[in-house]
Amino acid sequence: MNDVLIIDGKKYSSRLLIGTGKYADFQQTQQAVETSGAQIVTVAVRRSNLGQHPAEPSILEVLSSDRYTILPNTAGCYTADDAVRTCRLARELLDGHNLVKLEVLGDAKTLFPDVIQTLKAAETLVKEGFKVMVYTSDDPLIAKQLEELGCVAVMPLAAPIGSGLGIRNPYNIRLILENAKVPIIVDAGVGTASDAAIAMELGCDGVLMNTAIAEAKNPVLMASAMKKAIEAGREAYRAGRMPKRLYASASSPIDGTFF
Amino acid sequence: MHIHLNGDCLHVSPGCTLEQLVLQLQLAGKRIAIEINGQIVPRSQFTHLSLKPDDRVEIVQAIGGG
Repeated sequence: MNDVLIIDGKKYSSRLLIGTGKYADFQQTQQAVETSGAQIVTVAVRRSNLGQHPAEPSILEVLSSDRYTILPNTAGCYTADDAVRTCRLARELLDGHNLVKLEVLGDAKTLFPDVIQTLKAAETLVKEGFKVMVYTSDDPLIAKQLEELGCVAVMPLAAPIGSGLGIRNPYNIRLILENAKVPIIVDAGVGTASDAAIAMELGCDGVLMNTAIAEAKNPVLMASAMKKAIEAGREAYRAGRMPKRLYASASSPIDGTFF
Repeated sequence: MHIHLNGDCLHVSPGCTLEQLVLQLQLAGKRIAIEINGQIVPRSQFTHLSLKPDDRVEIVQAIGGG
């Protein structure tokens, strides 16, 4: 049975999406991405370093857009205007590729999304033909509104970006999943393999992470762990877990006991 | 004449085109996007667009990020 992730009509066999920030160098980035099996990788859009090391490779030369789906983000944007501007520039630099990760931050300490600016940016971007994967809070009402605006995926946070705390509110994530007709991808706050597995066991369509891998003591090994965790969590979800019981239910029969 | 490039002041010859600037900065063939005074300039227009004094130019690229 082919259990693929479909985003904006495109099929992906991997449900692990990863960011390319915070790695020691491009070699580690490449190894981590390859080991993770991720097919969608995020990048940021920033001023070019002018006059410095023009021969230095750029991230797009290390992770080719032929092999990976590049997902430019609007990291660092605090207003809808900046986020929209960033997406337009990203589309231009990626030759018309219009899949984007929208994030509009509200606060520098927690990096929580400003959901009001996010809604505003999403509306503009969808109208301009972008395919928006949107980072948001775990508020089920906002998640639904973003879906209804036409976002192709909704990405509620597990916990603050880079916090490694794992899913803080699994009940909200479940409510979001219940109401959703687009893929729900947990994005931000995952810390270790079990966090990713839990997200998938809840029924999420995928998980996006960066710090959990990049800041592990052995990032490439963690990338491998995450790949397996996503697969295990997804299989467990599809297998349909046993019910939780208050009391015991013996696994060995009583009949035929000789004592 | 002076333009503003990525937040810094740069002296360029009058009538310098965007294409010439890109070559001067050794960015030819690189995956970049350029904005002048808040408007994106498509790559196909680089040879046709001449910079004017005080133009605010932003040249961006993709970098690693989450």
